[in-house]
Amino acid sequence: MSTTPDVVITGLGATTPLGGDVPSTWRAALAGESGARTMDNDWAATYEIPVSFAAQLRVRPEDVLSRPEMKRMDPSAQYAIIATREAWADAGTPDVDPERLGAVVSSGIGGIWTTLDAWDTLREKGARRVLPMTVPMLMPNSPAAYVELELGARAGAHALVSACASGAEAIGYGVEMIRSGRADVVVAGGTEAAIHPMPLAAFAASRTLSTRNDDPAGASRPYDADRDGFVLGEGAGIVVLESAQHAAARGARVYARIAGVGLSSDGYHITSPEPGGRGQISAMRAALSDAHVSASDIVHVNAHATSTVVGDLIEARGVREVLGADADRVALSATKSMTGHLLGGAGALETIFTVLALHDRLAPPTINVSQPDPELVLDLVRDTPRALPDGQIAAVNNSFGFGGHNVALVVASV
Amino acid sequence: MAYSEQEILTGLAEIVSEETGLPTDSVSPEKSFTDDLDIDSLSMMTIVTLAEEKFSVRIPDEEVKNLATVGDAVSYINGAQA
Repeated sequence: MSTTPDVVITGLGATTPLGGDVPSTWRAALAGESGARTMDNDWAATYEIPVSFAAQLRVRPEDVLSRPEMKRMDPSAQYAIIATREAWADAGTPDVDPERLGAVVSSGIGGIWTTLDAWDTLREKGARRVLPMTVPMLMPNSPAAYVELELGARAGAHALVSACASGAEAIGYGVEMIRSGRADVVVAGGTEAAIHPMPLAAFAASRTLSTRNDDPAGASRPYDADRDGFVLGEGAGIVVLESAQHAAARGARVYARIAGVGLSSDGYHITSPEPGGRGQISAMRAALSDAHVSASDIVHVNAHATSTVVGDLIEARGVREVLGADADRVALSATKSMTGHLLGGAGALETIFTVLALHDRLAPPTINVSQPDPELVLDLVRDTPRALPDGQIAAVNNSFGFGGHNVALVVASV
Repeated sequence: MAYSEQEILTGLAEIVSEETGLPTDSVSPEKSFTDDLDIDSLSMMTIVTLAEEKFSVRIPDEEVKNLATVGDAVSYINGAQA
């Protein structure tokens, strides 16, 4: 008899370009709304940045947090705390021994606003004006630390960083904390607050951003033949992971089970995925194996699909390679078409979407696909949600990051 | 331009209120930063940094430990004005 605990999800929280919480975000996603807008600033003109739009938070943090909280936390930590409070309440504020409670919260970029504000202060006003809270705000573990402090978690607080795979890797690590017996409950997810002119200019310099300035809502178009790059987004997604036994003992509502975690690295290039999808395929296979499910159990894939010309197809071919003929029955969703790319928050938000898809038996749509890429070898859910089958079903959520980091999570219905 | 003691108290209370969330009228001269207002050393240094900028004064680190109450800080800032 195995003693490794099953890990279930009992709480969800988010603040995203589609809404200030999970219910509003999910409703907007099912309705096929875009969170991308022209930004209310003059960055494009001032700095000659070729992109004038982004997927900014729908509800600003200052409308939710107190003034001291705003001043003490970088926006990346603010978003994580907002999502954590929702997730914790959604889980029914679990009564858990603090020594058995963990926090794993990642950011791909870290406290970039704090870093650059402090640099501006130093240059303009000198060292005497640099605020004492600068380091605890800019450090990349700051969101994890604030979540740990918020809940009084003592089993460990961690911040795994793997660019755009960070949020999914955080959830994977949280699963491992429970499986290995270190914790009964782990609050895990990802956050990002990098819509600042410098990262925008830098992503634009790497030619990875869409420059569809005349149509922000139509700019993120994964798998469309005319896709031209991703849309920078921001926000956070947090889930409450819990051992199935702990959840059952307190009568918790269970959304789904995180059945498998698959990790790999490409060992190939700092930004480009390995063209054959070797690393991505390896991560997906590892996740299926870890979950003890077969290809025929998978009915839905929430793709990483950022809307870049090269990346989307490598992933789609990889899914086909892993699932074989069973891929024909898979409803493929690319939700970044609506949310933009939350970088370190993406894997966590898309895990939430995957969990809700299984829970509600509805795969969210992919918008902006007017003409599917002729090389797409999968069945894309377009424009409106698609019903998923009854019975025991499972789904894969993929997340890949600059550096060749690959994370696949298998979520199973309960 | 010199600030009056009342102006310094009002300005300092705004800084403390922003940092702690306490209402400005609770930041009165007799209040101890540590015992009454629950301000830790990092927050105290933040308040000092912001007060230096607001009142165009210099509060050396070795003086900060002598500023036990809000009134102490107001007096020091008042005396330090050029």
